[in-house]
Amino acid sequence: MSSNASAPYAAPGSNSMLAFDVARVREDFPILRQEVYGKPLVYLDNAASAQKPRQVIGAMSQALETCYANVHRGAHYMSQHATDAYEQARAKVQAFLGAERPEEIIFTHGATEAINLVATSYGQGFLKQGDEVVLSVLEHHANIVPWQLLRERTGIEIKVAPIDDDGNFLFDEFEKLLTPRTKMVAITHISNALGTITPIAAIIEAAHAAGAKVLVDGCQAAPHQHLDVRALDADFYVFAPHKIYGPTGIGVLYGKADLLNAMPPYQGGGEMIRKVTFEETTFQDIPHRFEAGTPPIVEAIGLGAAVDYLSAIGQTAVEAHEAGLLAYASERLADIPGLTIIGRAREKASIVSFVMEGAHPHDIGTVIDRAGVAVRAGHHCAQPLMERFGLSATARASFGLYNTREEVDALADALAKVREIFA
Amino acid sequence: MLDELRELYQEVILDHGKNPRNFGRPDGTNRQAEGYNPLCGDRLTVYVTLADDGRIAEAAFEGKGCAISVASASLLTEVLKGRTVAEADALFDSFHRLCTDDAFDPDDVAALGEEAFERLQVFSGVKQFPVRVKCATLAWHTLHAALHGEGRTTTE
Repeated sequence: MSSNASAPYAAPGSNSMLAFDVARVREDFPILRQEVYGKPLVYLDNAASAQKPRQVIGAMSQALETCYANVHRGAHYMSQHATDAYEQARAKVQAFLGAERPEEIIFTHGATEAINLVATSYGQGFLKQGDEVVLSVLEHHANIVPWQLLRERTGIEIKVAPIDDDGNFLFDEFEKLLTPRTKMVAITHISNALGTITPIAAIIEAAHAAGAKVLVDGCQAAPHQHLDVRALDADFYVFAPHKIYGPTGIGVLYGKADLLNAMPPYQGGGEMIRKVTFEETTFQDIPHRFEAGTPPIVEAIGLGAAVDYLSAIGQTAVEAHEAGLLAYASERLADIPGLTIIGRAREKASIVSFVMEGAHPHDIGTVIDRAGVAVRAGHHCAQPLMERFGLSATARASFGLYNTREEVDALADALAKVREIFA
Repeated sequence: MLDELRELYQEVILDHGKNPRNFGRPDGTNRQAEGYNPLCGDRLTVYVTLADDGRIAEAAFEGKGCAISVASASLLTEVLKGRTVAEADALFDSFHRLCTDDAFDPDDVAALGEEAFERLQVFSGVKQFPVRVKCATLAWHTLHAALHGEGRTTTE
């Protein structure tokens, strides 16, 4: 166990259930004590990847130091121990998502792989030429390109649900796209570039009424909202552990057991098989059928710790804290002359995309970086969405549970310097 | 903090970033290429008229980008006129080293009789901002593709 993680499973901020104490939460994140260019780090790039609390770091180093071996293989003590920890992580994620059974949780090597798994395995197993997949203009490239690859292989058609100028998902327009040929609806829960929260429950209901299955890209929802895949009745739900303060190198795919059971394997290899001969191979049951090769073992354990961490704080407290940051940031940024916020959806998570007159997003990013403020500048892997607004890029500040109002002030002050240089 | 930023965003760069020279597509160009920076989505096209004597008679560009990439493209079009392809290549090489190589001594280039290179030295501040090197060199990579018939290029 590392020295700074003497109590790796301690609840974050002991009074956190009573009142969300951001100062206590910040103490859990060692990297927030770093300085960049002699300034305190103001980390506002959480939508790209979130920082890790010592509870996660500690759980991972503890696993490596005390409980590591390959899983589901050895008859020896350490392998059994590691297998238990790995499967325990699956159970934690099951509870986090509100899934009915642990085997409905597949550990992939990333959220992108999780979407590719569904597009490939469900897509090639159940979709055929002329079938339609409905996406939205809000999608991340990771929820566009796998379906285009499927289109090349099978001849499916892709339709795209629109948004309005504020970034609101146009539900009525979406409904008009549904036909008896719609077999899959793959739509984000929260836009990574604009922060728009889509009416995902209504989307799922309408899609089901049309006879389609639904994959929800929950990468931005998982860090910001309480999730319940059964209440939503989602068929597939995908999220990225590294955005919920867990490690990279692992992704989560939730799928309803009957769908996963009916799907052909995605990748072949060890662990996913029951019996292999050169004539024929039979496959394991779920979830192992979709976990070919050595899985991200330590990463799963780290993810389990991240889920524990968030649960201890309570997603409701996180949501309230982040809603406050969003309101304050929107207000401060709106006051900056020449700054335009892109994406003013009625339902919005703590993501603020913006452009400034006379200053390209990359130049904004460079200038405020020197003030210690980290934001993303670019197309956010959502080029069709940027095009929708006639932009090639925006700057994006995205807030997490450890961010503060003072950091919003630091952002606003740094943006004033951008004005100084470029106005 | 402001010193390094001022070093990067010198007046000349801000000026060319805001008011790029030789912007647009002139008639009669015979070489062109499109450059793309997948990191930020910036895109620009460089147009060149290569005359019969093997020298660049005209250079222009159009596209969208940050202050660094637009200023770099703008200055590039100004310093190219009258040069051979080999001279343009040599200038690109020096420019690239200016943006990336700590050991690079601009005085070495003076041996080439490069008055033009002095103008490009406003980009020496880019060295302190490694992620912006691609912005500064995008137009040059694109020029290289245009002169050597590659048509399209990216900074990846």
